[in-house]
Amino acid sequence: MSPEKLTYMANQIAGFFRTRPRQEAIDGVADHISKFWAPRMRAQLFSMIEQGGAGFDPLVLDAAPSIRKVG
Amino acid sequence: MTLIKETDFGTPAATSETMVTLTVDGFDVTVPQGTSVMRASVEAGIKIPKLCATDMVDAFGSCRLCLVEIEGRRGTPASCTTPVEPGMVVRTQTGRLKDLRRGVMELYISDHPLDCLTCAANGDCELQDMAGAVGLRDVRYEAVDTHFRAKNTSGEANPQWMAKDESNPYFTYDPAKCIVCSRCVRACEEVQGTFALTIEGRGFDSRVSAGMHEDFLASECVSCGACVQACPTATLQEKSVIEIGTPDRSVVTTCAYCGVGCSFKAELRGDELVRMVPYKDGKANRGHSCVKGRFAYGYASHKDRILNPMIREKITDPWREVSWEEALSFAATRLRAIQYELGKDAIGVITSSRCTNEETYLVQKLTRAVFGNNNTDTCARVCHSPTGYGLGQTFGTSAGTQDFDSVEQTDVVVVIGANPTDGHPVFASRLKKRLRQGAKLIVVDPRRIDLVKTPHVEAAHHLALRPGTNVAVVTALAHVIVTEGLFDEAFIRERCDQDAFADYAEFVSDEKHSPEAVESLTGVPAQDLREAARLYARGGNGAIYYGLGVTEHSQGSTTVIGIANLAMLTGNIGRPGVGVNPLRGQNNVQGSCDMGSFPHELPGYRHVNGQEVRDIFESMWGVSISDEPGLRIPNMLDAAVDGTFKGLYCQGEDILQSDPDTKHVSAGLAAMDCVIVHDLFLNETANYAHVFLPGSTFLEKDGTFTNAERRINRVRKVMAPRNGYADWEVTQMLANAMGGNWSYTHPSQIMDEIAATTPSFANVSYALLEEKGSVQWPCNDKTPDGSPVMHVDEFVRGKGRFIRTDYIATDEKTGPRFPLLLTTGRILSQYNVGAQTRRTGNVVWHAEDLLEIHPHDAEVRGVKDGDWIKLASRSGETALRTKITDKVSPGVVYTTFHHPTTQANVITTDYSDWATNCPEYKVTAVQVMPSNGPTDWQEKYEEFSTLSRRIEAAE
Ligand code: SF4
Ligand code: SF4
Ligand code: SF4
Ligand code: FES
Repeated sequence: MSPEKLTYMANQIAGFFRTRPRQEAIDGVADHISKFWAPRMRAQLFSMIEQGGAGFDPLVLDAAPSIRKVG
Repeated sequence: MTLIKETDFGTPAATSETMVTLTVDGFDVTVPQGTSVMRASVEAGIKIPKLCATDMVDAFGSCRLCLVEIEGRRGTPASCTTPVEPGMVVRTQTGRLKDLRRGVMELYISDHPLDCLTCAANGDCELQDMAGAVGLRDVRYEAVDTHFRAKNTSGEANPQWMAKDESNPYFTYDPAKCIVCSRCVRACEEVQGTFALTIEGRGFDSRVSAGMHEDFLASECVSCGACVQACPTATLQEKSVIEIGTPDRSVVTTCAYCGVGCSFKAELRGDELVRMVPYKDGKANRGHSCVKGRFAYGYASHKDRILNPMIREKITDPWREVSWEEALSFAATRLRAIQYELGKDAIGVITSSRCTNEETYLVQKLTRAVFGNNNTDTCARVCHSPTGYGLGQTFGTSAGTQDFDSVEQTDVVVVIGANPTDGHPVFASRLKKRLRQGAKLIVVDPRRIDLVKTPHVEAAHHLALRPGTNVAVVTALAHVIVTEGLFDEAFIRERCDQDAFADYAEFVSDEKHSPEAVESLTGVPAQDLREAARLYARGGNGAIYYGLGVTEHSQGSTTVIGIANLAMLTGNIGRPGVGVNPLRGQNNVQGSCDMGSFPHELPGYRHVNGQEVRDIFESMWGVSISDEPGLRIPNMLDAAVDGTFKGLYCQGEDILQSDPDTKHVSAGLAAMDCVIVHDLFLNETANYAHVFLPGSTFLEKDGTFTNAERRINRVRKVMAPRNGYADWEVTQMLANAMGGNWSYTHPSQIMDEIAATTPSFANVSYALLEEKGSVQWPCNDKTPDGSPVMHVDEFVRGKGRFIRTDYIATDEKTGPRFPLLLTTGRILSQYNVGAQTRRTGNVVWHAEDLLEIHPHDAEVRGVKDGDWIKLASRSGETALRTKITDKVSPGVVYTTFHHPTTQANVITTDYSDWATNCPEYKVTAVQVMPSNGPTDWQEKYEEFSTLSRRIEAAE
C-alpha cells in the first residue's frame, strides 16, 4: 500500500489513544496494530520506521518496539 | 406440506396477568383480563361468525355479525367489543342469534357481486365463509342501488360504482367488492403506522380511499401489504394470486433483505411461488412485513439470472458457458498456480452478509483450512465493523443487547444515524406504535428523517448535527449527564470498572466537551442537546438504536464506544426496554460477523492468536491455522495493485458497487489473475471476473440467518435451486476441487460443526430451531432457551468499561472547491446495491438515485428540481438528477446508492474508521454544478459493462 496511506492509518490509531496516560497509550497502539494488521502491513511499517519514520505520530514510533514482530 | 392456516382470534391478545374464568356454550375458559368474549370463545374452541374483527387490529364493532347472548344482559352485544367478566355465561348459537346473523349477511350479500367462481379470493374469502357459516340460503330482496354494477338496469352509468385501482405493482383495490369493514384502514394505522387509508362518506356512501382520492401508487401508501392481509374479501388482493390462483402449501422461512429478519410463509402451488405472507409467530415481525419481503421476490425468476457456470481467460474476453467441473477445475488450477508463484497468502475470500450462516462459515473455512491463510473479509466491514470493535471493547461482545419486543417497554427512544422507516421498516412500525402510545423520541441525524414527524409521531428533539460530528455530540450528551449528576451511580458502582469510570468522568467533565463549547462545530443548539440528555437519562427506560450514520465515519468505532458509555452511565443496560441496538443493514450481517468472516478472528469473535481457539479448529479440521491476522478488503486491493495478491473468491457481494472509492476497487480487481464471482447476476464486480459461479436464492436452500437481535431464524428450501446447487454446495465443490475433502450433505451438519466449535452457539441445532421456531444467541447450557436480553447480571467482559472518546475531526473537510457535505443512505423500496430490488416491480418507487439538496444551495447554483447536475469530490465525479427539499440542512446534500449507473461511490473517498477501516461513506466534501447528463466516465463505464457481459453459449 502507499506509504502515505499506511502512515495515515497508523496515525489515526494514535489519535484515538493520544489523551490516555503515556504507557497506556503506547500499549493501546501497539496492541491494536499487532491484533489487526496483517504481517505484510506490519513489515512495511517496520521498514518505514527503520528508514527514519518521517511523518509518523511520535506515539506510533514509541509503540513500534512493542508491536508484534513479523516472521 | 400443507397450507398453514393460522387461527384468527378476532381481537389482539390481552397482556394482563389477572385471569378471568367464564363459560361459553357450557364450556369453561380462563383468559387474561381485558380479553374479548370473541377471543375467549376461540380459546374455548368456538368460532363466532365475524367480519370486521381480526386479531391484527383492535376491534371496531361495525358489522354486527358477532352478536352473542350473555346471561343477565339485555340485547345481543357484539362479542368482539365486549370484554370478558368473571362468571360470565355466554351463548353463541341461539335461534335469535341465527336469525339476526342471517339478516346481516343478507344485507351484505345483496350489495356484493355473486361472481364467486371467478373471483381471485374464491376459497379464501371470509364473506363466503360467513355466508356458509350462518346458513344463508337465499337473499330475499334485490338491492336497487349497488356498488358493484357499473351500469344500472337501464344502461346508465352507476355513480356509486368505482373502477378497480391497479396502480400498485403488487395488489389491486376493487371497490365493487368492498364491505367497508375498515379492517384495512385499521391495519394501516395500527400495524403499519402510515395512515394512508380512510373511510370517506357515511352510511351507504362510505368508501375506502387511499390518501386524498388518490390511487394507491400516488398516495402515502408504502405497499407494506398489511391492508391486503387484513381484507376479508378480494377487494384488496395480491396480483400474483389473481394471476396464478390460490396456493395449496406453505413453507415458513425468513426474509433475505434486511436485518429485521421477518418470518414469512412462502405460499406455493406446485413449485410456483404464489405469495409471501408474514408469519404471525415470527418473533421479529409478529405478523408484519414491508414491501421488500412481502412482494419483491421476483428477482428469483428474473431473466437476467445466470444459471450456468462461466469462465474466460481474460476479462476482455466474452464469457464462455461451461460445465461445473470445468469451471471449478479452471478456478482451482488458477488459484493453486497463484499460490505456487506468490505464496499461500496471495489469495483470499469475501463472505456474504446475504448468504446463510452455514454458507459463510464454509467460505471462511475455505480460506483458513484449504487456502491456508486468514484472508477473509466481508461486506460487514463496510457497514458495522465499528460495532464489533466498539461494543467488544466496552461490553465484551459484538451484538445488540435486546430483542425487538423490548421496544414495547421503552420510554425514551434515541435514534442515531439510522432511518428505520426506510432501512428497517418493520422495526420502524413497531417503534412508531410505541411512540403513539406515548414514548418519547430523540433523533440525532443530519437529515430530517421521516420519523421526526409522521402521522401521530413527533420527535421531542431532533439534533440535526453536521455530518462527521457524531463523537462531539455523543460526548457532549455524556458531559451533561455527568456534570448535572444525572448518571446512575448505583448501576455504575455495581456493574462497571471504577477506575475506567473515574477516568471517563474526568474526561467528559472538561468544559471543552460541553454542548455550548461544541455548538459551533456540530451545529446543534446547546439547549436542545442539554434537554435531550436529561430526557434520555431521566425519562424512564432509555434505548438507543443506531445505524450506518454512526459507523460509516473515520470515528465510527469511537461513536459506538460513546453510545455504549451513555448506556452504562444511565444504567440503561440489562433489562427489557433499554439497551444499545445496532440496526444491521443486510439480512445476515450479524451472522456473517459471528461466523468468523473477519481476518483476525475465528467464529465467535475469538482472535486467531489464541492457541486454545486455534486448537479447537485445528483438531476439527486437521490443518494448522495461521496465528496472524489476514488481509481486509482494502488491504487485499492494495496488495493486488502491488502485485502480491492475485486471487479472490467473492460470494454474494458486489464489492465494486458497495465499497468506497470505485476506482481503487476496479484497479485492484483488474490487477488479479483469478477473480471468482459467485452470485445470482452478473454484478458489477463480475465485470472483472474470470470465473462466474451461479448462486441460489434464499428460496432455494436450507440454512439460517441471524438478525439484528441475534435471532437465529431458519431459512427453508421452498423450491429446487434453479442453478442446480445451493451456495454451500458450490463452496464445497470448490474446496474439494482444491483437495479440501469435505462431505457435508445437509446444512444442519454445518450448524452442528458451528455449535461444536463456538460456545455461544453450543446448544443450537436444527432440531432446536424446529422446536422453538428461532433462538437468540448465546444459546448454551447457561441459557438453553437463548438470550433475549444480554448483560443482565454482568457484562460479557465482566465489568463494563468506559473509554474516552476524543473528537477528532475527519480530514475530509469542505473548502472553496468542495463546499458541500455529501452523506448517503437508502430508501424503503430498494435494497443495498439494488441488484435484487431493481429486478422487481419496486422500481416504480425509485427508478434512479436522486441528489437531495436544500433550496438555498440549489438556488445559488442555479439548479432546479429534477435537473441533471454534476456531483464532484476530490475522488471523482458523477451525474444524477436533483430533488430539492429542506429535509437536508443548507450545506448538506444526500443521495442513495442503489443504481450502478449513478456510481455514488465514485465520489466517496478512501478515508475510513481508525479502528476497523470501515469506509467513511457518510461524509464527503463535494461540489454540485449544473450539467446536461451522464459524465464521460459513466458512459464509458456503461460501454465497458456491456462489453464485459457478453456471453457465448456452450456449443
Ligand atoms: S399497503 Fe400498507 S401502507 Fe399501503 S395502504 Fe395498505 S397498510 Fe397502508
Ligand atoms: S377494502 Fe377490504 S378490508 Fe378494507 S373495508 Fe373493504 S373489505 Fe374491508
Ligand atoms: S423489514 Fe426487512 S426483513 Fe422484514 S420484510 Fe422488510 S426487508 Fe424483509
Ligand atoms: S366482528 Fe364484531 S362487530 Fe364485526
